[in-house]
Amino acid sequence: MTTTESPQKSPQWTLRSRSGGISLRLHRRTAWIAAVLVVLCLAVVLASLLSGQFPITVEGVFRALAGQGTLQQRYFVNDVRLPRVLVALLVGAALGVSGGIFQSLSGNPLGSPDIIGFNGGAAAGALVCMLLMHDSSLLATGVGAVGGGAAVAVLVYLLAYRGGVRGYRLVLVGVGVNALLSAGIAYLLSRAELTDSLNAQVWMVGSLNGRGWDQVWILLVVLVLVLPPSLALSNPLLTLELGPEAATSLGLPVNSLRRWAITMSVLLSAVAIVTAGPISFVALAAPQIAKRLARSVGPSLAISGLTGGCLLAVADLLAQRLFPAAQLPVGVATVVLGGLYLGWLLVGESRKGLA
Amino acid sequence: MATVTQLRPPQPRAANRRKLAVLRAAGLLLGAGLVLLAVLISVAVGSKHIPLDAVWNALFHFDGSYDANLVWDQRMPRTLLGLAVGAALGVSGPLMQAMTRNPLADPGLLGVNAGSAVAVVVAVSALGLTSLSSYVWFALAGAAAASVVVYVLGATGRGGATPVRLALAGTVVTAVLTGVITAFTTMNAKSWQLMRFWTIGSLVNRGYDVLWQVLPFLVLGALIGLSVTGSLNALALGEQVGRSLGAHIGRTRVLTATAIVLLCGGATAAAGPIGFVGLAVPHAVRAVVGPNYRWVVPYSMIAAPLLLLGADVLGRVLLPTGELEAGVITAVVGAPLFIHLVRRKQLAKL
Repeated sequence: MTTTESPQKSPQWTLRSRSGGISLRLHRRTAWIAAVLVVLCLAVVLASLLSGQFPITVEGVFRALAGQGTLQQRYFVNDVRLPRVLVALLVGAALGVSGGIFQSLSGNPLGSPDIIGFNGGAAAGALVCMLLMHDSSLLATGVGAVGGGAAVAVLVYLLAYRGGVRGYRLVLVGVGVNALLSAGIAYLLSRAELTDSLNAQVWMVGSLNGRGWDQVWILLVVLVLVLPPSLALSNPLLTLELGPEAATSLGLPVNSLRRWAITMSVLLSAVAIVTAGPISFVALAAPQIAKRLARSVGPSLAISGLTGGCLLAVADLLAQRLFPAAQLPVGVATVVLGGLYLGWLLVGESRKGLA
Repeated sequence: MATVTQLRPPQPRAANRRKLAVLRAAGLLLGAGLVLLAVLISVAVGSKHIPLDAVWNALFHFDGSYDANLVWDQRMPRTLLGLAVGAALGVSGPLMQAMTRNPLADPGLLGVNAGSAVAVVVAVSALGLTSLSSYVWFALAGAAAASVVVYVLGATGRGGATPVRLALAGTVVTAVLTGVITAFTTMNAKSWQLMRFWTIGSLVNRGYDVLWQVLPFLVLGALIGLSVTGSLNALALGEQVGRSLGAHIGRTRVLTATAIVLLCGGATAAAGPIGFVGLAVPHAVRAVVGPNYRWVVPYSMIAAPLLLLGADVLGRVLLPTGELEAGVITAVVGAPLFIHLVRRKQLAKL
């Protein structure tokens, strides 16, 4: 591989294989932001491993990671804190990419995979398991969530299908179905026992309490399969943002691209729901934050994923450390942290007279 | 120009347009008649059924009987509140969608619902308030404060309050406030007990005092809202075209936002966040009368109370004992209707 700078000092690097057969263009700012975000993620992982009720030094952390140290050290680092922060990073990444795809696809900054009804269906399915069948194990709620989510997503797609699915109609059908679901959810919550409904509420906000290696493996398997094809959608989606007519005339198979992108987006959001519950705000905020960080035109899906991971991991760390007694669900910290940051970015933008 | 006029005289089109306008005005009158009918039914139907002639007597020849008292003390305030809240949501929905030019924008997008909810939660968990009529002022104040923050966040800077920035600012503030609400409700069972009922949205147990408290806000909001419809049509063509057509972009946005806050804040304070009505009714109306806001807003103002009152009545009779909240029924009845319209008609985009 050789790295060459483009002749006109345009802000990008081009990586080429020796024969020149394969090449990859990297925007310089995007690459820098990605590097900074990776470092930030690693720092959050280290901070998460270090902090908590059980005190441990940096050296102790590394010894435990290497399989040495006391039994207690290995337990807290390897079995409690490491899987939890990994789940946070992976779920955040999945949500960030999923949201980035969907916002580009629907051309709507308020668009997120929730629109297609998966989240609403998943929440309803899980609540039925928890409140009507009184089984709130992670397995039961997971099965209920995937079943409900998949059923509703297929329903929305079929209802919106009129010889191909147009973004606008999909969004409106999603609005209708989601309203139905949220009324059902509110009804279930209001009629249940108080303690049951409290637990259900915590699940609905999204929580990482008690997540372990099982969840990490599920996430890893799914992400390894789904992330590469998803990230490869960045450029076609950028072309599609020009409009379906322009994209078709540029040789893009618009309908199959849309179907493929929706599938990827829903798969990513599904795995996040199963492992951590419906954490809503990351899929909405991460792409917007990423867009402003990278100052890119199109959907910067990789940056969006990294932003999502960072956001969720930092939020979880704060939720655990700021209110250790309350066991605040990570969803709460996520919306507050992500919301404040996005608000700050909006204000900064207006000062520069952008947007 | 003269030759063009000779080739295609404008008279038939103008006549067609006039005929269409007459037709639409007639439709509006018909809708108003339906609303009146819905009011009568809403007064008549309930756990104790009152025949329509008795309702008529009670309304116009009060005789002090048990039925007459029931009509005036229980059914009337509830029905009138449903009428007022429904109309308010119906007007605020298209205003919000026009201002943000976003089909996903519901009236709560300016942070109104979240602001009210935070204020109510704080009032309940920190100050220990219990009566519904004392929440109302908190809810109104919270709605106003939240929407001011959203507008300032979305409007500072040279670009002004562009639709995308407003929508994002609203989402951000709503998200942060929702986080605060959730923090309160997960840590304080009493406030959760309240919130899980409040968030459904219901017209039950609100007396005349709640109605009189919110009515001035709703009336003022509706008047402002109906007065800006022409400018909203210009705005719908885009900022530049709108300006060149003589619309005052900034003034229209501020007026529209004020109307939304008054309407949605008042409605939410009185009945809780009934989100679906304001979101879906304008889309359904657009499928019938097209994208002209001079028609969309009044039609929506008629259709929304029909949906809400109908839902409230259905909620009273569906279960053998007890009631279903209006907020549940509006979605259960409205959503399939909405999806049907969205699927069938050629969609009028924003």
